[in-house]
Amino acid sequence: MSETLTAGGTRKLQIWRGDLTSGQLVDYELETEPGMVVLDAVLEIQRSQAPDLAVRWNCKAAKCGSCSAEINGKPRLMCKTRLDHLPADEPITVEPMRAFPLIRDLVTDVSWNYRVNEQITPFTPRENLREGVDVLNGDFLIDQSETDRISEFRKCIECFMCQDVCHILRDHRMHNRYYGPRFMMRIASLDMHPLDGVDRLDQIADEGGIGLCNITKCCTEVCPENIHITDNAIIPMKERVVDQRHDPILKILGRTPNKGRSKPPARSATPEL
Amino acid sequence: MAIEHHDYDVLVLGSGGSGLRAAIAAAEAGARTGLVCKSLLGKAHTVMAEGGLAAALGNVAPEDGWTTHFQDTMFGGKYLNNWRMAELHAKEAPDRARELEHWGAIFDRTPDRRMSQRAFGGHTYKRLVHIGDRTGLEMIRTLQDKTVHSDVDVFMETTITKLIKDGDRVVGCFGYRRATGEQITFSAKALVLATGGSGRIYRITSNSQDCTGDGYSLAYEAGAEMVDMEFVQFHPTGMVYPPGVAGLLVTEAVRGEGGILRNALGERFMEKYDPKRMELSTRDVVARSIYTEVKEGRGTPHGGAFLDVSHLDSDYVKRKLPSMYDQFLELAGVDITKEPMQVGPTCHYFMGGIKVDADTGATRVPGLFSTGEASGGMNGANRLGGNSLGDLLVFGRRAGFGAAEAAAQVGSVSLPQEEISAAQAEVAHFLSRSDGDNAENPFLMHRELQTIMGDGVGIFRDKEGLTQAIDRLESLQGRVENLKAPSDRLDYNPGWQLCREVKNMLNVSLMVARAALMREESRGGHSRLDHTAYSDYWGAHNIVIHRESEHDMTLTPTPVLTRDELVELVEARKEAEKAA
Ligand SMILES: Cc1cc2nc3c(=O)[nH]c(=O)nc-3n(C[C@H](O)[C@H](O)[C@H](O)COP(=O)(O)OP(=O)(O)OC[C@H]3O[C@@H](n4cnc5c(N)ncnc54)[C@H](O)[C@@H]3O)c2cc1C
Ligand code: SF4
Ligand code: SF4
Ligand code: FES
Repeated sequence: MSETLTAGGTRKLQIWRGDLTSGQLVDYELETEPGMVVLDAVLEIQRSQAPDLAVRWNCKAAKCGSCSAEINGKPRLMCKTRLDHLPADEPITVEPMRAFPLIRDLVTDVSWNYRVNEQITPFTPRENLREGVDVLNGDFLIDQSETDRISEFRKCIECFMCQDVCHILRDHRMHNRYYGPRFMMRIASLDMHPLDGVDRLDQIADEGGIGLCNITKCCTEVCPENIHITDNAIIPMKERVVDQRHDPILKILGRTPNKGRSKPPARSATPEL
Repeated sequence: MAIEHHDYDVLVLGSGGSGLRAAIAAAEAGARTGLVCKSLLGKAHTVMAEGGLAAALGNVAPEDGWTTHFQDTMFGGKYLNNWRMAELHAKEAPDRARELEHWGAIFDRTPDRRMSQRAFGGHTYKRLVHIGDRTGLEMIRTLQDKTVHSDVDVFMETTITKLIKDGDRVVGCFGYRRATGEQITFSAKALVLATGGSGRIYRITSNSQDCTGDGYSLAYEAGAEMVDMEFVQFHPTGMVYPPGVAGLLVTEAVRGEGGILRNALGERFMEKYDPKRMELSTRDVVARSIYTEVKEGRGTPHGGAFLDVSHLDSDYVKRKLPSMYDQFLELAGVDITKEPMQVGPTCHYFMGGIKVDADTGATRVPGLFSTGEASGGMNGANRLGGNSLGDLLVFGRRAGFGAAEAAAQVGSVSLPQEEISAAQAEVAHFLSRSDGDNAENPFLMHRELQTIMGDGVGIFRDKEGLTQAIDRLESLQGRVENLKAPSDRLDYNPGWQLCREVKNMLNVSLMVARAALMREESRGGHSRLDHTAYSDYWGAHNIVIHRESEHDMTLTPTPVLTRDELVELVEARKEAEKAA
């Protein structure tokens, strides 16, 4: 082994305990094992010291996006963060995500994200698919380069940490005006699908609120899947909104829907938190 | 106090690939449909699947077709499969894969722009539709979005602890909301169990926290039959170090891309066990080989085998196996492009499950259906990689339609009060039973159960070990009524949840151990040190389990369900194997 894993030793953790009404950081100490991740430590504390400690997890393999928390102040997956990668001389703080209502301890109510997702018109194939060009005997014909482009966005495990860190949601609490980076990117992935037939431009600009994003890139920084949310999804869509909605000539002519796409039915506004 | 109640035509338990596909089908058939899951939507175990979905599309190998896929599945299952299931799966998987794509899934492409397909152990042709090493995520996200835009009500983080019957018929279920502990009941004209497997009965497993065999146990208690429970798939390559990640899967694609297995002496030991197929031998063979090397003292420092891709170009490794590269670097501090991984067998998949009708997913209990890893039959004694994701779609859809059709035949149903009361009493008991000296901690009992299963019912089994394990499990059964959650809170109480899960896992463990003792031969995922050869009798029989009465688990050898029109295909494959 190239790297000797720090064997054992005691570590201090400060875990946020409480609910919407009150709460505080509580100190815990535990004997660690080599290679332990924060989730291991939290579950060990739950088993041996704090049986009512609420924590959400499922895969413990960085694949399901359940175990998001703020570790030493930064959103991270608990199951992917090793204790020995965090400074050894200070306690490790573990807190719930702040952009969403707290349920208890480390668990937050992320249902708002699901309500936003419901607002997004799903993939709908274009009506004029051409046999031999777009589709062959029922198989879609898509180029690998197009797959690669969209595929980056589809790596998303819905940990919602980008939503947590985005100041529009976290600090300004504008959950009823902005879908957040996760869902901007989701729309981008639908939009870039070569065979999709829906024009989501108005949705991006209006209910989606893309104009609120001021490209701070905090979302990109925390993404555990290293998705270039801002550069590859949000900025190209902002450009399209500017080009197509504010182009005076297109405005006079009445905007031609992109790629012969149809507009989705009107939606309700962005969901409230 | 009135508890939250909902009424549906069809209620699906589970939001993995099979549950989502079943719910979509039921809603499409016009049934009022509900979906319940323990985790959040989009986070079920299926999300972890990596390699791909087996479907004989013939995009890469035009010679491929359903007959070859059928034969491969039967050969992989050592001919214990339900023939009709293997047939339907092979025939329908291509349409289900295309359908996913039509719902927006994105897969890797061939040069002529169609869905690409990759090679996997046991498949004659390149057959697995995939996207990188995250095919399960793509499938889940696509089905999740389809479900959300179908007419399906979703109940997330809701745990079901009991199926409710009215006479012979399943008419609903009882459970609680995890966030608050508030109780909830559902009435349903038909109920589909899509609750996945039970990998958590072993300490070393690739399975997520969800996989506690709830569906097996609930169905068994409700009178359904179980089949092939002795067949548990141990994937040959899980991580062995550091301890916290032991069991985490190292995908078969690592060997597919040219990874080499060596023991501590540097020997490429697969030469001894399967010189023809080497590292790409079937999962059962590779798992047993690694286990044997370790047992005989040739294991790595952390008790596994070395798996090496450092001879391959490092950019190629990072491109083809991105999540494996990350996983080892991040969690084990190992750069796999420079040094070998250490790997060992990990509990991965349950071939067995609830016995169902191939065409509709119906169990023998009226109103009760099942699909996905929760159901058994499709895979026989051993599953081929990639055959689960296909199975989820093919039989998820069939169970959804089957349940909707059955629901349409039924008037209204109602839940008998005494059944609800019994279910309430059970969950309340875990919280409030008085603290005697004998109160059992669910975390500790879970560990104990995992130790018993690891000791006696692991990769290699024999009469003595199995008998001991069964004794120990039976003594746990005597203590299970004393389970008590260490905290009495209602909201988000993990110990409370685990009490019922331990009960479920104990039921499942007993099924596995008893069936393993009965099957006196070695076949597929089941290896007996005291019966190392195939037996003709057992080659023609499945073990079917049902509950005769409260503590009477009955095991019955039952002839394999064959089909006349498929005999020729099966015989042809057996001949070809003999010739080879
Ligand atoms: C790491 C890994 C990689 C894999 N790769 C592949 C692959 O490449 N190809 C392949 O074909 N297969 C693969 N498999 C196997 C495959 O992923 C699984 O067999 C399959 O996903 C099971 O799906 P399912 O729908 O049956 O159930 P699951 O996805 O396990 O879902 C079960 C659902 O039931 C719910 N549930 C359970 N109990 C209750 C309860 N009491 N109340 C309410 N809800 C409940 C859970 O919350 C969950 O939503 C892999 C498995 C693993 C672990
Ligand atoms: S770049 Fe935009 S979406 Fe991302 S965090 Fe900043 S403001 Fe939010
Ligand atoms: S985009 Fe990245 S950070 Fe945001 S939810 Fe998806 S995986 Fe998480
Ligand atoms: S538990 Fe699934 S991402 Fe951490």
